[in-house]
Amino acid sequence: MITIPYLTALSTYFSYGLLFAFGQLRDFFRKIIDWWQSGDLQGYAPICLGLEDFYIRRLYNRIQDCFGRPISSAPDAWFDVVERYSNDNNKTLKRTTKISRCLNLGSYNYLGFAASDEYCTPRAIESLKKFSPSTCSSRVDGGTTTLHKELEECVANFVGKPDAMVTGMGYVTNSAILPVLIGKGGLIISDSLNHNSIVNGARGSGATVRVFQHNTPSHLEKVLREQISEGQPRTHRPWKKIIIIVEGIYSMEGELCQLPEIVAICKKYKAYVYLDEAHSIGAVGKTGRGVCELLGVDTADVDIMMGTFTKSFGSCGGYIAGSKEVIQYLKYTCPAHLYATSVSPPAAQQIISAIKVILGEDGTSRGAQKLARIRENSNFFRSELQKMGFEVLGDNDSPVMPIMLYNPAKIPAFSRECLKQNVAVVTVAFPATPLLLARARICISASHTKEDLLRALEVISRVGDLVGIKYFPAEPSKQETNAIKLE
Amino acid sequence: MASSFLNIVNATLDWVTATLDAPSSRAIVFGVPIGGHLFVEVLLFLVIVFLLSQKSYKPPKRPLTEKEIDELCEEWVPESLIPPITEEMQYEPPVLESAAGPHAIINGKEVVNFAAANYLGLIGHEKLLESCTSALEKYGVGSCGPRGFYGTIDVHLDCEARIAKFLGTPDSIVYSYGLSTMFSAIPAFCKKGDIIVVDEGVHWGIQNGLYLSRSTIVYFKHNDMESLRNTLEKITVKNQRAKKLRRYIVVEAVYQNSGQIAPLDEIVKLKEKYRFRVVLDESNSFGVLGKAGRGLTEFCGVPVEKIDIITAAMGHALATEGGFCTGSARVTDHQRLSSSGYVFSASLPPYLASGAITAIDVLEENPDLITKLKKNIAVLWKGLSGILGLSLASNPESPIVFLRLEKSTGSVKSDLQLLEDISDRLLKEYSIFVVTSKRSTLDKCRLPVGIRLFVSAAHLESDLLKASESLKRVAELVLKDHI
Ligand SMILES: Cc1ncc(COP(=O)(O)O)c(C=O)c1O
Repeated sequence: MITIPYLTALSTYFSYGLLFAFGQLRDFFRKIIDWWQSGDLQGYAPICLGLEDFYIRRLYNRIQDCFGRPISSAPDAWFDVVERYSNDNNKTLKRTTKISRCLNLGSYNYLGFAASDEYCTPRAIESLKKFSPSTCSSRVDGGTTTLHKELEECVANFVGKPDAMVTGMGYVTNSAILPVLIGKGGLIISDSLNHNSIVNGARGSGATVRVFQHNTPSHLEKVLREQISEGQPRTHRPWKKIIIIVEGIYSMEGELCQLPEIVAICKKYKAYVYLDEAHSIGAVGKTGRGVCELLGVDTADVDIMMGTFTKSFGSCGGYIAGSKEVIQYLKYTCPAHLYATSVSPPAAQQIISAIKVILGEDGTSRGAQKLARIRENSNFFRSELQKMGFEVLGDNDSPVMPIMLYNPAKIPAFSRECLKQNVAVVTVAFPATPLLLARARICISASHTKEDLLRALEVISRVGDLVGIKYFPAEPSKQETNAIKLE
Repeated sequence: MASSFLNIVNATLDWVTATLDAPSSRAIVFGVPIGGHLFVEVLLFLVIVFLLSQKSYKPPKRPLTEKEIDELCEEWVPESLIPPITEEMQYEPPVLESAAGPHAIINGKEVVNFAAANYLGLIGHEKLLESCTSALEKYGVGSCGPRGFYGTIDVHLDCEARIAKFLGTPDSIVYSYGLSTMFSAIPAFCKKGDIIVVDEGVHWGIQNGLYLSRSTIVYFKHNDMESLRNTLEKITVKNQRAKKLRRYIVVEAVYQNSGQIAPLDEIVKLKEKYRFRVVLDESNSFGVLGKAGRGLTEFCGVPVEKIDIITAAMGHALATEGGFCTGSARVTDHQRLSSSGYVFSASLPPYLASGAITAIDVLEENPDLITKLKKNIAVLWKGLSGILGLSLASNPESPIVFLRLEKSTGSVKSDLQLLEDISDRLLKEYSIFVVTSKRSTLDKCRLPVGIRLFVSAAHLESDLLKASESLKRVAELVLKDHI
């Protein structure tokens, strides 16, 4: 739970108030000018509406150079960030040909498969030549190749479920599969901080959606008891089924799911568990099998396991793993299987190869090393950040660590200053987080070396002092930061 | 008895009126003479207000005890997660052992592939493979991040610029998946209260987008302009408030579900008359229709600026993956922060973006691909004319040739069974790979099912002749009891 300091909350509100007031003032003048020139779109309501549009024009655009920075290399431990400039107060940004080589603390490249890999890349290229980049067809029609078959077996085996189905995009996996599993008369109880794809899927399903407090099993139990005893609203019929949706690692919080407790509760109340492992599969667990392995949960107790390949595996697409029957039913009727083009074959090959490396089936111990490295790197980096006095969210072992910024002005300040010193970090603001809880987010990769991490810590510490985000000032400044040995 | 009671009441009333009237009959407050009845009315009003402010009677609520809740939880039996598996759910699609080009290998046998929307025959194209390979070597496979967070690779921006330049629009925005393009773009512009008039035959991606937008959805008859006109008329005349709402017409250029082509020139006329905006899905027409392959706008001679939002999947004619949306700068910029499938998903693998750029280059350099495709469609049409039991239901220019049963059996399920028989036998006996239209249980489209043939510029004339010959023969065999 984030408890925002009182003074910070006040100053954050004040900043947003100021931004809002100035924005409104500028909009007022704009309206006068617009009225003067009288638009030619008479009879049409404006295509972009209200507050959302206001937010983009007057708040987001001012700092848009902190987001969507183009890069011109693979998103490896170091990458090339393309410099941009603006001639109209940040309204539009133009690319230059200049690049700066930066340390990458932003990409979800947990295991370092984003860049060229000695095992994966040649195989991906071979598949590209054999199968072409696309099948131009959906899986049920003509889009199933031998690669896709192999991939599904491989994934089912890896996550520890009898069968799996793969789609071409993680977002679609969630948003197209939830409506198949549940509909009117069903109840979805979703963690309050679940990813937008889950929210959209739940909304698209037509089922009733209730939320439980983020990662709080006791509240989940309370909601469950309340809902089961009351049944559906108005009619009080019993619910047809209840699905609990949680994520393995929450990407904006860096927290691990309290899976054992949640699974126990679901078992007790006969609710189905849907686990989204987008950020945890491959990244945590002794052999990279995700939170179930890390927290000692039997995968048989999780009814639906979902995950994506865009993170640890450095590819694209998503999977659903479950019992043979569930997968068979999904393959029969899931729109992502019926209507969407199948996963690009080289991407499928990349996943297969990455899993082989992780499991050591490539004949080396590179996978095990990667897994050990990401864990050490993450725990080291997290503890160092905490020692420096930053407010760092999340749990140990999780490679995602948000640093709270709060004030809107600190978003661009932190991001730009870090970039100046060749460290690329991600800052997250509304709409990905609540308005007040802006943060920077660091994603650690197995491909970061110790020097990389030390350098990053040094820069972040310096910028942190400059921007004033060390909300928990620590004991005397740590000189030994540089001396700490990485195991 | 009753009359005496009445008398008493009347007398009392008289007395009350008199007493009230007497002192105040000449009282004037702020120019209003205060009569007795006014006094009574004010009294009455106060009483009503008093009564209204009281809580209405509710039986006292007795919350369930913990024990009762325990029992209820104990008793509750959920349905199983999925319905029982029936035989039709066990369908296994054919597995390709090669690229999905015009000639593919299934079960070790070479077949002619009519299942891939590889309209320009770019699967396996030398240049495309080259550009994908070099991009893959340079950037790796995945982008490992959403566009906002270092997932923007320079090729994405180049790809967006290339598409915009090709279509003559100010800007475009690339999505990482074809299916998500529509269902993200629509809710970015349509919200609760807006009105969307939509063709009843649109594909699931659009249907889902409409549902998620929570706008008011009005369907019109499939590709029927008269029905569209009536619908628009009804909405604008009946509803004066409609003028202040955002109004959209959503259509597909070539309908995936029927192979029909939307008459865009008429739609634009209607749109301008009734002041609606048009959202057009060009997934199956981009790179196919029009002289240079710019899609339906070029085909119908409509300036591209007249269409407010154009979306398309790149997994068809361009033979890569992903999708794009294009329109005015306002339209594309708005999506960069408001479109959920764009903001909350990792970006398109860079090698696919690079492939898309090359595919457009190839298309621009070889306009004869489109001529070839057109010719192939015509050859197939000619070959299929006079087929028994089936009728050609698609537009003669559409790259999706859609055959539907001349006489439906009355149920979609048995219709599909018949059609699947045909496609199975075609594959097994004649090595022709065609597919039937499959419907998800979530799909609201009610158009008749059929057999779909995706024609490609890379099909040889002999392929097309063989396909039409065998299709005719098999259809006659399978449908002979049915005609
Ligand atoms: C929890 C979760 N689910 C799903 C997704 C979507 O995956 P993809 O990027 O492959 O569309 C993400 C990605 O950010 C995620 O964090």
